[in-house]
Amino acid sequence: MLEIKDLKVSYGMIEAIKGISFEVKDGEIVTLIGANGAGKTTTMHAISGLLKPASGSILLDGKELTKMAPHKIVGLGLAQVPEGRRVFAQQTVEENLILGAYSRTDKEEITKDMEDVFSLFPRLKERRTQTAGTLSGGEQQMLAMGRSLMAKPSILLMDEPSMGLSPLLVSEIFHIIEEINKKGTTVLLVEQNAKRALSIANRAYVLETGYITLSGTGEELARDERVKKAYLGG
Amino acid sequence: MEFFSYLINGLGLGSVYAIIALGYTMVYGIAKMLNFAHGDVIMVGAYVVFFALSSFNLPLIPGVLLSVAVCTVLGITIERLAYKPLRQASSLSVLITAIGVSYFLQNAAQLLWSSSTKVFPAVFPSGSLELGSLSISYLTLITIATCVLVMVCLTLFINRTKTGRAMRACSEDKGASTLMGINVNRIISITFAIGSGLAAIASVLLCAAYPSVYPTLGAMPGIKAFTAAVFGGIGSIPGAFLGGLLLGVIEIFAKAYISTQLSDAIVFAVLIIVLLIKPSGLLGRRIREKV
Repeated sequence: MLEIKDLKVSYGMIEAIKGISFEVKDGEIVTLIGANGAGKTTTMHAISGLLKPASGSILLDGKELTKMAPHKIVGLGLAQVPEGRRVFAQQTVEENLILGAYSRTDKEEITKDMEDVFSLFPRLKERRTQTAGTLSGGEQQMLAMGRSLMAKPSILLMDEPSMGLSPLLVSEIFHIIEEINKKGTTVLLVEQNAKRALSIANRAYVLETGYITLSGTGEELARDERVKKAYLGG
Repeated sequence: MEFFSYLINGLGLGSVYAIIALGYTMVYGIAKMLNFAHGDVIMVGAYVVFFALSSFNLPLIPGVLLSVAVCTVLGITIERLAYKPLRQASSLSVLITAIGVSYFLQNAAQLLWSSSTKVFPAVFPSGSLELGSLSISYLTLITIATCVLVMVCLTLFINRTKTGRAMRACSEDKGASTLMGINVNRIISITFAIGSGLAAIASVLLCAAYPSVYPTLGAMPGIKAFTAAVFGGIGSIPGAFLGGLLLGVIEIFAKAYISTQLSDAIVFAVLIIVLLIKPSGLLGRRIREKV
């Protein structure tokens, strides 16, 4: 459903992504692992249109995204949970979720979907009238995920969802990612926590300084000596 | 009684500042820029009402609506032509451009309509409401009522509508707003449209009180309203309202009790003191540094 071909992205003179190709098939969880600065977030931003690629193509169900205005991409069924959560701190939990559904026009469905999000994240329901800035890091991550789900995406991009969370919360977040996937949403996950990401992924790619250096199923890469050494702590 | 009459006059003047300050504060909140051409939009609004009323003999309400329409289009055009190409530029470049737009509008007005002062027609009923020994002019009442109405409508719009929510989202995080599917450029245009439309309304109230129309008429109220916006906490809508009203009251009290000549100096001195104690303004949020 998502196909990236020969993608190059530059910041001024510096080429951050030097020509990568990968794909995400319908119903999969695909993860992109790599160290800090490998270009993971850059790739995510290029897909969601926040960055214009220098060349290459990004196809969502055959539609070219690189020439599209970024705010229109979410309407095609691609939502992103950004790195660092980036919830709207001064707005309430409920307002954040309503903003997530901004691209939609089916009002009655939106109310129903909010209840679905609350059943996935019961803690958000308890805090629905609180401003997002007063939530804990884990709750903010849940809100950022719930907010993106409100767009009713067919594919969800997640950038470092486990960043800065306690091990217990990380488990909870990964469990929820699997749950979201089971309900029919395709997932592209970017993670530094490679061990966790590989354990839930159908397929994975390793990104190193702008190139994809390895690819395979989650299991294969988890067993790969090079991956073990570089990303799984030996 | 004198005290109350000064207070009400101060609130009247402050209401005009508040309506202008809303334009500064909304644009700052969303586009993160100081639109120093805002005062000159008031001037254009004043000329439009002047010509509508005295040359085309339009009644007041259609004249004001025409002026609001012209200013709204002017605001959107200024943003598109002068500020939008600088979206990625440093804030200093944008600031200098805004000052350039301000001079451009003043000189264009001088070229089109000459520098001679035109006398604004009397648009509101003269006379005043007598409450015992207190007398409040109808103009002051109308001005205060307009300001309250603007404030209520704007608050409802910002808090209750989809576009209003999107505006608040954009003021917090444009990147995340884009990811929600919000067209940030459109929201910025709407913000300029609202601010400029309010400037047109302010121009009528201003010219009803000080009935002369000339190319630099927007400069002083513009800078005072900007001060009011900073005073109240720039970026905050209730802050612009509070800052505007307080600034008007301080100005009138300073004129009445201290010195007419020094009133402006006193107004700005109060601003400096407030900013020394509370740099983000009365209702401004502290900006946290991102780590």
